[in-house]
Amino acid sequence: MSATTATSRIPSAAGPEAPAGRRDSRDKPQKWGSPFTYFVALLFIGVCIAPVLYIVIGGFRTNSQISSSPAALPDPWVVSNYVNVLKSTVFWGEFANSLIVALVSTIGIVVLGLMVSFVIARYDFKLKGAMYSLFAAGLMFPMVIAITPLYLVIKDLGLVDNLLGVIIPQIAFGLPVTVIILVPFLRAIPNEIEEAAAIDGASRLGFFFRMVIPLSLPGVVTVGILAFLGSWNNYVLPLFILNSQANFTLPLGVQAFSSQYSTDTAKVLAFTSLAMLPALIFFSVFEKRIVGGLTGAVKG
Amino acid sequence: MSNTLGTDPADSRQSQGTPRVGDAAESASPAPPRAAARRRSRAKMRLEIAALSAPALVLFLTFVIFPVVLAAYYGFYRWKGYGEPTDWVGLNNYKLILGDPAFQDVLQHNGLILVLSLLIQGPLAIALALLLNQRIRGRSVIRVLIFVPYIISEVIVGTGWSLMLQSNGAVNDLLRQIGLGALEADWLSDPDLALWTLMAIISWKYIGFAVILMLAGLQSIPDELFEAAQIDGASYWQIQRRITLPLLGPTIRIWAFLSIIGSLQLFDLVYIIWGQYVSGTAGTSTMAIYMLAQGRNAGNYGYGSAVAVVMFLISLIVALIYQRFLLRRDLRGAVTEGTV
Repeated sequence: MSATTATSRIPSAAGPEAPAGRRDSRDKPQKWGSPFTYFVALLFIGVCIAPVLYIVIGGFRTNSQISSSPAALPDPWVVSNYVNVLKSTVFWGEFANSLIVALVSTIGIVVLGLMVSFVIARYDFKLKGAMYSLFAAGLMFPMVIAITPLYLVIKDLGLVDNLLGVIIPQIAFGLPVTVIILVPFLRAIPNEIEEAAAIDGASRLGFFFRMVIPLSLPGVVTVGILAFLGSWNNYVLPLFILNSQANFTLPLGVQAFSSQYSTDTAKVLAFTSLAMLPALIFFSVFEKRIVGGLTGAVKG
Repeated sequence: MSNTLGTDPADSRQSQGTPRVGDAAESASPAPPRAAARRRSRAKMRLEIAALSAPALVLFLTFVIFPVVLAAYYGFYRWKGYGEPTDWVGLNNYKLILGDPAFQDVLQHNGLILVLSLLIQGPLAIALALLLNQRIRGRSVIRVLIFVPYIISEVIVGTGWSLMLQSNGAVNDLLRQIGLGALEADWLSDPDLALWTLMAIISWKYIGFAVILMLAGLQSIPDELFEAAQIDGASYWQIQRRITLPLLGPTIRIWAFLSIIGSLQLFDLVYIIWGQYVSGTAGTSTMAIYMLAQGRNAGNYGYGSAVAVVMFLISLIVALIYQRFLLRRDLRGAVTEGTV
């Protein structure tokens, strides 16, 4: 509802204001934009951030505070919800599972993706176009569509309720994006560098290890971040594969926790905000890489 | 399948390459270090291609392609998931799916979500990107903050929003406090509202991604074009319409493609907020929910696989049509850039 009203409001309001902003910019090279720009930017940020803040701040309230006035600030602030979650072994067990799954998946995606992207980008053979198209086609078939038969495959491999049953398919499904981002990166390495390496006696593989990996590091980091976040947030695969609470990752844990303590809203909010914290920290550290990587992907 | 793909290219390369290398070695036998080295590298190349691409290909084919093939096979059986499927029913599963009013409902929901996502997020994202592309203070902070909803997992978004949107939740309370109590509603379970609530949550979660993508596209447009147009006296709107939008075209088309595929496979948010049963009565269930409910959760793996195939085919057809008519130019650019 709010989105539709916003759609109709913003373009119409932008009409009279935006040209004014341009005139300003022509008359004097300004550092501050028009107030209207800041107003819309702030509004947009507010809409994006407010629900997240609600979850985080809600964790500092008590249930009676929440039920008497759902949309208010904590009064007084209580930390017991967060402390209880941080003391619980359930949270840390799920945290560890998420971390293991995300790290191993990321390493697998980066290593295998880099290898196959290198072949597609730097070797000359008949089927390399087909190979690229095969991986590119994988983008069209996300995990949800394949989940039922995928579950059967994993069941046949005996990997149900095993973290490997999440990790291995995640690597497979992470490859398309990796190939699409890394191939242009690897192609962009000038041939002269490869020739120079060859003259210096480096084999193709030596070139791969000594030159390609360092030179493609920005692309690799982008791919790694996307893989990590994708794994950290994955829900549907763990939902199908992991049955016992000891193996749950955080997304499953959040859901289990919120149905188990459905009456204890404050505790659920605390658990939820602690579960999203690692992804947010990870993102704020690597924010430039993510946005930069998207730029590269669009251009490529 | 993985074998053919892993070794075939190397084989064909080898048969192509051998005579040429042989000729070179024969004609110039006294000074052949480079030719010999090249032949050695040709032989090694085959191994390297196989060794470097085999692990990725095997995993990709086993866990991405093979399940789809398997679904096509199981889809012809009535099968409970134990032992070998034996109860061949031909196309009966597909007849049941297409004739099921519940499936027609979810198909309609997916279609609505697809169209509304494009119509709501597209113009809004372009407008916001144009606005934020100006030289303003704190641009990088803005970018980080608007990307936050996209970074958070669907489970957390779903849990948070379902708490806020409960009839005694924060949204209704806020409406009361700012004097708009008349707008209070049962956001999640009112069948007239639930789909719009879902659209609002989807827009909130994914608009940041669209804006960042559009901003990236805008930044790849050379400034000289705008300067030249300004010198020629073009107005702001002329510049946007004649320069920005056409040059932003590839970005818009790629974003729309991602949005379409995402809309067709929407699952997490609906499943977490509404669950399998409520989503049916609230009118927010999607094809993926139907697949889970009628397939795995009902123990009908044959039927569930057939639903997967239908979803797969719908996505494939949409993707192919889209690529054929809209993405062709963009992709051709990418492919030619690669081969040159």
